[in-house]
Formats: sequence, C-alpha cells, structure tokens
Amino acid sequence: MRHTLSVMVENEPGVLSRVAGLFSGRGFNIESLNVAPTLEKGVSLMTVVAEGDDAIIEQIVKQLRKLVPIVRVVDMTELQSVDREMILIKVNAEDSKRAEILRITDIFRCKVVDVSMDELTIECTGDRGKISAILNLLSRFGIKEIARTGNVAMRRAMQVTE
Amino acid sequence: MEMTGAQILLKCLEKEGVDVMFGFPGGAVIDIYDEIPNFSVEHILVRHEQGAIHAADGYARATGETGVCLVTSGPGATNTVTGIATAYMDSIPVVIFTGQVPTPLIGNDAFQEVDIVGITRPCTKHNYLVKDIKDLARTVRQAFYLARSGRPGPVLVDLPKDIVNQKCDFEWPEDVTMRSYNPTVKPHVGQVRKVAKLIRNAQRPLIYSGGGVVLSKSHEELRWLADNLDIPVTSTLMGLGAYPGNGKHWLGMLGMHGTYSANMAVNNCDLLLAVGARFDDRVTGKVSTFAPHATIVHIDVDPTSIQKNVSVHVPLVADCKSALGSLKKEMEALVSEEDWERKHEEWNSQLEEWDRLHPLTYNDVDDAIKPQYVVEQIQEITKGDAIIATEVGQNQMWAAQFLKINEPNRFLTSGGLGTMGYGFPAAMGAQRAFPDKLVIDVAGDGSIQMNIQEMMTVVCNKLPVKIVILNNGYLGMVRQWQELFYKKNYCETCMDAQPDFVKLAEAYGAEGYRITEKKDVNKVLKKAFATDKPAIIDVRVTKEENVYPMVPAGASLTEMLLV
Repeated sequence: MRHTLSVMVENEPGVLSRVAGLFSGRGFNIESLNVAPTLEKGVSLMTVVAEGDDAIIEQIVKQLRKLVPIVRVVDMTELQSVDREMILIKVNAEDSKRAEILRITDIFRCKVVDVSMDELTIECTGDRGKISAILNLLSRFGIKEIARTGNVAMRRAMQVTE
Repeated sequence: MEMTGAQILLKCLEKEGVDVMFGFPGGAVIDIYDEIPNFSVEHILVRHEQGAIHAADGYARATGETGVCLVTSGPGATNTVTGIATAYMDSIPVVIFTGQVPTPLIGNDAFQEVDIVGITRPCTKHNYLVKDIKDLARTVRQAFYLARSGRPGPVLVDLPKDIVNQKCDFEWPEDVTMRSYNPTVKPHVGQVRKVAKLIRNAQRPLIYSGGGVVLSKSHEELRWLADNLDIPVTSTLMGLGAYPGNGKHWLGMLGMHGTYSANMAVNNCDLLLAVGARFDDRVTGKVSTFAPHATIVHIDVDPTSIQKNVSVHVPLVADCKSALGSLKKEMEALVSEEDWERKHEEWNSQLEEWDRLHPLTYNDVDDAIKPQYVVEQIQEITKGDAIIATEVGQNQMWAAQFLKINEPNRFLTSGGLGTMGYGFPAAMGAQRAFPDKLVIDVAGDGSIQMNIQEMMTVVCNKLPVKIVILNNGYLGMVRQWQELFYKKNYCETCMDAQPDFVKLAEAYGAEGYRITEKKDVNKVLKKAFATDKPAIIDVRVTKEENVYPMVPAGASLTEMLLV
C-alpha cells in the first residue's frame, strides 16, 4: 500500500541525502519526495510517498526516526488528511481540439498558464485520483511533457471517527 | 579564552575524558598534531589508518568507553571506512576525526580531498562537517554524546584545515540538547509486567542474549534472571561473556556455528527472551522456522531492530540495563513466594540430554595439531583471565566455541561485518587500555596478513599482544564452504605461500615461535604468553579441519551438520 509520510527535519546540509540514502541503501521504494522550509526556523518538511506492505512501512518510519536530524515522522495515511499535488501538463492543442481541452480544464477547475499556437500548458492541483483522471482525459490529445511536485499533505483539524 | 580550532579540539577531548587516541598524521591535520604535545591526550601512531580505527574500536570494546581515532583527509579518511563500518555493525562507540581540505577548496577536487561525510553517511550513526569554528566545541560534544548514548555507534567529524587554524573563544557546552535525538531508555511498565507474567507461566523459557547486554553493562541483571529464575542462556557471538561461559545455565552460542543444545533449545522453547540481540541471519537460519513454538519477547534500545527480521510478540524498547533491572524488580517478589530453584528441571534436563548427545567436540588426533586443541590449550593456560580478540573465519568460530568467556568486554570480534584484519589492531587497542593484562589475538594465516603492519606499532609502543596463528595454509572458512557446498573446488583459497611468521616477528623486533608438534603446544604457548614482548606464535594445524556444528546458510537451526 502507498503511504504518505510527513517528515520534519533539521534544515542542515546533507539531510536530504541522508533520507534518500536510507531509501536506496535499504531497498525501500520512494515514489515522490517534496522538501521545503516550514514556518519554524531551521526546520524543513519533507513529504515522502512510499510504497510497501505494513512491515516495510513500519521499518521506513522507524529508520527515518532513527536518523539524527529528523525531528518527527507522521504517517499521514493513518490519519484523516488533505493530500495534494500540483502538476504542469503541456498538451497538444491544435485549433480543432482547443475548445475541448479548455472544457476539460474548466471541469477540473484547472488553469491555463501558458499558451502557444499549438500547445497549452495546464496547471492542475488535486489528489492522486484527480491528477490521474485529467492525465487520462488529456492523453488522447497527446501530452508532450509533465512536471509534478510530488505530494504534500496536512492533517485535518478535525479527526472525525465514523 | 581565545584558542585555535586545533586547541579547542584537543581541549574538548580532555574534557570528554579521552586518554588516548590512535592516528596517523597528514597535511590536513598537521595543525592538530602541532598541538598534541601541549595536551594530555596520548597519541599512538599506527602504521595504517585501518589499524587506528580498529584499535580505537578494540579499546572501546575492552573498556566500555568511547574510542578515538584521528586521521588526515583523502586516503587517510577512506582507509578508516572498513573500520567504521565494522564498528557500526557491532554498535561500538568510536569518534573519528578526519582532516579535510580548507573550506574554500571543498568540492574542487583538491589534493587529498574526498567527501568522507558522504562516503560514511550509511556506516556512521551520524557525521559532521564543521564549517564554522564556533560550532566546533558543540559538535565534538554532540559526537561523543551520540556515540555512546542510545544504541552506540561510530560518529565522524570532518575538520577542514582552515577551521582548525582559525581562532575563537572556547566555551565548553555543559549540556547536550538535541531536539531531534531522544533515545528511549526506560521501559514501558505495562510491557515489563507482561514479560514477567510470560516468564512466570513459561515451561521452557530461554534467554537469547546479544551484544546489547555487553554494551549496556547489564550482565549482572542478566545473570540474576538466569540464575534465580532457572532459565538457560544462549548468546550471539557479540554477547559472549555477558553470561559466564562456565555458568550453570550456559548453553553455548546459537546460530550457524552454535551448539546442538542451544539450537535445539531455540527450536523447542516456549518463551524466547531476546535481549539486546537483533535476529541476524547467522543466528536465525531460516526465519520462518526460527523458534516455532515460542512466544518471543524482544528487548532492544533501537526500535528499528524490532520486527525487522522476525516478528515478535512482545516488543520492549529500552536500554537493556533498565529493562532487565525493571524485570528483576518485578520478578523478585515472585521469586520469594514461589520455589524457583528447580522450576524448569525437566526443561534443563532435556537440554543436558541434548548436550550429552552432541556435545561441542572434534576428532582429536595425536600425530597432528587440531586447531580446536590449540584453542583449548589457550583456555587451559589463561583460565579465562585474558582479553581475546579474533580475526574472522574459522579461527573466530573456534575461539567462540572453545574458549570460556566469563566476563563481558573480554571477547573482541567483528561480528556483524566480519572484517578480516580486525583482531590484531583491536587487540592492540585493548592492550593499551589494559597494559598489564594478557591480550591474545586468535588469528588465521589469512586474516593476520591484512593488518600485519601494526606489528611495528605494538613493538614500539611496548604493547605485548600475543598473536596465535592457527595456520592451516587456507582461507579456511571459505575453503570449508567450498568443500561442503562447491564440490571441493578450492578456487583461490589455498594460501600456503606465506611469509615466515617467526622471522617476520623477529624482523619487527617481536618474538616469534613456531609449533609443529602437538606435545609442544601447551609449553610454547605458555612461554610466549609469559614474555613481556609482543609475540607471534605460528601453530601449524591440520589443513582441512571444519567448524562444526554448522547450519548451512538458509537452513533451519535444527538442520545441523555435526562432527
């Protein structure tokens, strides 16, 4: 199963390679990785999406916690959380197809951020399902290039139990 | 007071209570060496940096304190990597200081530059590159704190030459606080009670103790539990000595070359108490058939060890000392109200039965010297009152099997990494820590040649280490595998082209002995052990002796090949 891990790290040189090295050295699969500073000075947030069975995810979480510059590791998959990723999609858009592409962009509440004679670049934000849906819909027009940020996630303020 | 980086470093070592470091100078660390005479920390000059790191490691294992090693940048640093990985695998507290090119040159492929922090990232507990002299004292403090707290391990500090030269006010940080590093020490009370209850109800309990018991100095607690609760004890290679080898409940080592009774005990116990051990593949054999009837309790300070290789029923994350201490308290009350003395009589007699059936043994002969016989003679002469280091391979296993290690910190061996060439420099480090103790390196003719250059170091520092070479002219353990599993294709394991070890010893200024007759073994060993000089004793043993019992790699513990 796929897990999203929020990893708070001391923002010091080498911390990224410690995390990346842990994954490669122990044979864990990393699907996406996003790093950026937080409001707290000297602390960055890494969002790691990793895949594995429960035992592997347990090892990943423990091994991450064991790294000295890592402050906190939370498995967002165990919580109710907001998961988002942004993607830029450059798609073929000749005149006859352009209207349909713009309609899809509207339906998905995306934005066109660059345009040329025969291409559109669309910015789309959403969870994994939405991103794969739009990629799926646009693929028939010919997607030329994509750039994805990788997941970021945040715990929901209210953890509602059903 | 304003001091240079070099002075600050050495002052910090004094404050940390370091009395000796092992090292080798070079361009990037000259400034540090320039200051060494002005401080109390003694420096032992080795002949190869690998010798320095293993010596620091051996010092740490023998004393239970932190070993220190100082080397230069580039090749000096990379030469320590094997030793760092050795210490890492066995959780040994060592702090390594490496020189580095000046900060403006870092990344320029400067002379003798390597990214040692990058290279050692996966084999250190943590490492640092000091980029600001103001961070130096705090970094050294943290390095020592990390090395010896929690699950111990090697910590490397990389020191650029310009940082070592700069000046700043020296301020000793009394406390170390690291918000991201808080190892769990105290055990969870509920879990301790659960374990106590399991012990109370067990019919066939077994303690499987590991290096963590030695590292946390919890052998007293372990012995109390075994002796007062009538629980048999087996141990990993790293845990030897925590429970005495002549103790009443001792079964011998378990695993690939464990005793028959220890492996059968694992297979039949109904409660397995794993203490400071990590279920290494050399211990478990085939994981799916390991301890099939047991409720497994796992006490370890490192949460990543738990559920890593074997799924356990009751995890207990804590320092072994406080975990076993709490368990002892919990059990003390019970012991007083029940008769525990012979609580597991049936179980223990079953174990004795197994031991009678297949004791640890070998086919001794009169016209040749069996390596096991030599180890038995070492035991006979020393009566256990010696520090033993081993190299890696057959010599290591025979030492582990046939010596009776009665105290912790008395058996120094590379367990996890299996580093040939470890034993001799480690023995050198131990001898420096205990100048008056007999320190013996049980070696093979292959391993000893990997760090033989340290003969000069022991001679000129008057460290009278005794090296007993079980010389069979083979890389014996690999040859054993080739014999058993590769149709006797002894490809590249025959090492009968070798130096004259006696002359070699003499060339270094040490004493050399050769033993070719069984009747001389005891006599010559005794004589060699009695000299106050380092000595090599080259014992010509039978060439194709195997280590038994043996569990083939990947087989279940009960599938032992026996003598």
